[in-house]
Amino acid sequence: MSRPIAFVNARLADPASGLDVAGGLLVRDGRIIDLGPSVFAAGLPDAEIVDCGGRVLAPGLVDLKVSTGEPGDEHRETIASAGRAAAAGGVTTIALQPDTTPPVDDPALVEYIARAPCTVRALPMAALTQGLRGEAMSEMALLAGAGAVAFTDGDRTVANTRVMRRALAYAATFDLLVAVHCEDPFLAEGGAMNEGETATRLGLPGIPAAAEAIIVERDIRLAEITGARLHIAQVSTAASLDAIARAKARGLPVTCAVSAAHLALNENDVGTYLTFRKLSPPLRSDDDRRAMAKAVEDGLIDAIVSSHDPQAPDTKRQPFAQAAFGGAGLETLLPVALTPFHDGRLSLCEALAKVTCDPARILRLADGTGTLARGARADLCLFDPGAPRSIRREDLLSRSKNTPFEGLHFQGRVWRSYVAGRLAHESPP
Amino acid sequence: MPSAGQILSNRHLLAIEDLSRTEITTLLGLAESYVALNREVAKKRDTLRGRTLINLFFESSTRTQASFELAGKRLGADVMNMSVGNSSVKKGETLIDTAMTLNAMNPDLLVVRHQDSGAVSLLARKVGCSVINAGDGAHEHPTQALLDALTIQRRLGRIEGLTVAICGDILHSRVARSNIALLQKLGARVRLVAPKTLLPAAIGRLGPEVFHRMEDGLKDADVVMMLRLQMERMTGSFLPSTREFYRVYGLDAEKLALARPSAVVMHPGPMNRGVEIDSAVADDVERSLIQEQVEMGVAVRMAVLDALSRNLKNDDKGLWA
Repeated sequence: MSRPIAFVNARLADPASGLDVAGGLLVRDGRIIDLGPSVFAAGLPDAEIVDCGGRVLAPGLVDLKVSTGEPGDEHRETIASAGRAAAAGGVTTIALQPDTTPPVDDPALVEYIARAPCTVRALPMAALTQGLRGEAMSEMALLAGAGAVAFTDGDRTVANTRVMRRALAYAATFDLLVAVHCEDPFLAEGGAMNEGETATRLGLPGIPAAAEAIIVERDIRLAEITGARLHIAQVSTAASLDAIARAKARGLPVTCAVSAAHLALNENDVGTYLTFRKLSPPLRSDDDRRAMAKAVEDGLIDAIVSSHDPQAPDTKRQPFAQAAFGGAGLETLLPVALTPFHDGRLSLCEALAKVTCDPARILRLADGTGTLARGARADLCLFDPGAPRSIRREDLLSRSKNTPFEGLHFQGRVWRSYVAGRLAHESPP
Repeated sequence: MPSAGQILSNRHLLAIEDLSRTEITTLLGLAESYVALNREVAKKRDTLRGRTLINLFFESSTRTQASFELAGKRLGADVMNMSVGNSSVKKGETLIDTAMTLNAMNPDLLVVRHQDSGAVSLLARKVGCSVINAGDGAHEHPTQALLDALTIQRRLGRIEGLTVAICGDILHSRVARSNIALLQKLGARVRLVAPKTLLPAAIGRLGPEVFHRMEDGLKDADVVMMLRLQMERMTGSFLPSTREFYRVYGLDAEKLALARPSAVVMHPGPMNRGVEIDSAVADDVERSLIQEQVEMGVAVRMAVLDALSRNLKNDDKGLWA
């Protein structure tokens, strides 16, 4: 039995219940024992005392979309280095994408990922199709048995509609979650950024917004006829949101997420060929970006993800069309998620829900992850919501430093993260 | 003849987008003086004496490379040609490695062509010398637009107020993007004529008027600028056949008759005869300015080299001040 921890002088924020109150919280054996405004009214217990200094004490963040290079490309990012970056960003649960080398399509690999040393909790997602080739479905029941929390082909879209239908039907048989990257591979082939005026000015091949909406519509239709739980891993266009709103209105089990980059940046931020801002899906028009922000506020979008996918420096120091897609995101998820709170559009709890209890609910994590409640896992994030912060690549703990937010300014700085009651990160003062 | 006054505010020439109207007209004025020089017997000047110019071509080119080589030599520079076929890029060296290697050899002027949009500006950020974009992907080809403007101005006496129709493969064309920018800066009305498959998205937002039929786009045009159909860049189906393209969009005497009687015909070369342009039109000495374009190319490149060299630091390293 480890020594209990008593958090005092905190602003407790539990997005699941809407609790936002000054108070304290007691942790023992990796679980939350008690919390509330007067939890220590009868005096402090024999415990390690953490004076939160009025900072927000919230559930640790849950990130549904994180890629590492392990196995296969450890020079980009390992599970351990992603774990350190996550803890620094207040993220205590990361769902790892299966698009590694080799891809996670075998139960032994799922077990390898689940066992890999990591500061935060790393949950493996497994391939939807064998080898991510989009041809034959993976051994979903075995993979789920080994610990896979969801099935996805990462940033690839299953091009063959019949294969996709069968994979969804098979997943629905076992009530498994299928996460999809929606981009028509034929329309997107060769594209480097969002199709539009900026791409035309820069002479870059474009990826039309319709490439996303077409597959969103397709996969929603397939989810409807198969009954599968469908999660659209990253929405980036207003047209996709229309399709998702219609699906939800019909009562289909469809959820969706948006990346922090797509909430904060638009296609014009590609500027003069900034490859750190080459992402998949591409940064879209500002109309699309504003539609994403509004959908976060009105609840149509269920979760915000980091879409953490750091790239090796040499693959970003290339002409734009040749450069790799993706960027680091774990350490910038919280400040972006707090933006609607700072803008007065959402309460603190409403803003935090998109990165805590709501994504935890999509994964059906049963142990109270993403909430502050008696008996819940003590995954905690202690942060100063108003502290200004400039994003500088040299401050990042991720192994590869390419952040699309380089040089931008946000509010919100993590002080400490706890994973199952253990201190996982403490920022220098 | 050339004076030592500064003309360009930038160290590099990367895009027409970056130039002011004054910079453009001053460059064109300087180029005029080199047209006259190039027609003399003694063409050689020592403006760039002691300077080293490297032609770095990642994409093959005959006329642009020859034009820059000649321009550099006539101004007295030492000129070296490097093409990708015999460089270490094929051994896996990255663009930036190549740039750093060349930079260590202390060139003064680097002329670069690359198949990727933005590659030349990426390279320019890594080197100490002046960089001239000789064409990057589908982005820009600034010296081509300058030479086209000089050609038009010499034949028609002005650019302001003219109607210029740019026709054909706009999608893959850096020449089109540079010309749209330059001609509009100088007050011309630009029209684009192409099938929808060969037009980039939202191109109208850049200012030109967009047409899909030659009959509409060529009506009352002063200049008809044909573009090369870049079949080597076409993956997937953009057109059913070159035969059909020629019938609908190829410039022949019949279609040219829709333009003004005084209208001139231009083409950046190399031409696909019988695809985007009919030989009778291309070779019509009254209407076709295609040979003049080549001549103006050398003069314009001399002007650009001259102008950029005025921004070079005048010490033995040749690095920009």
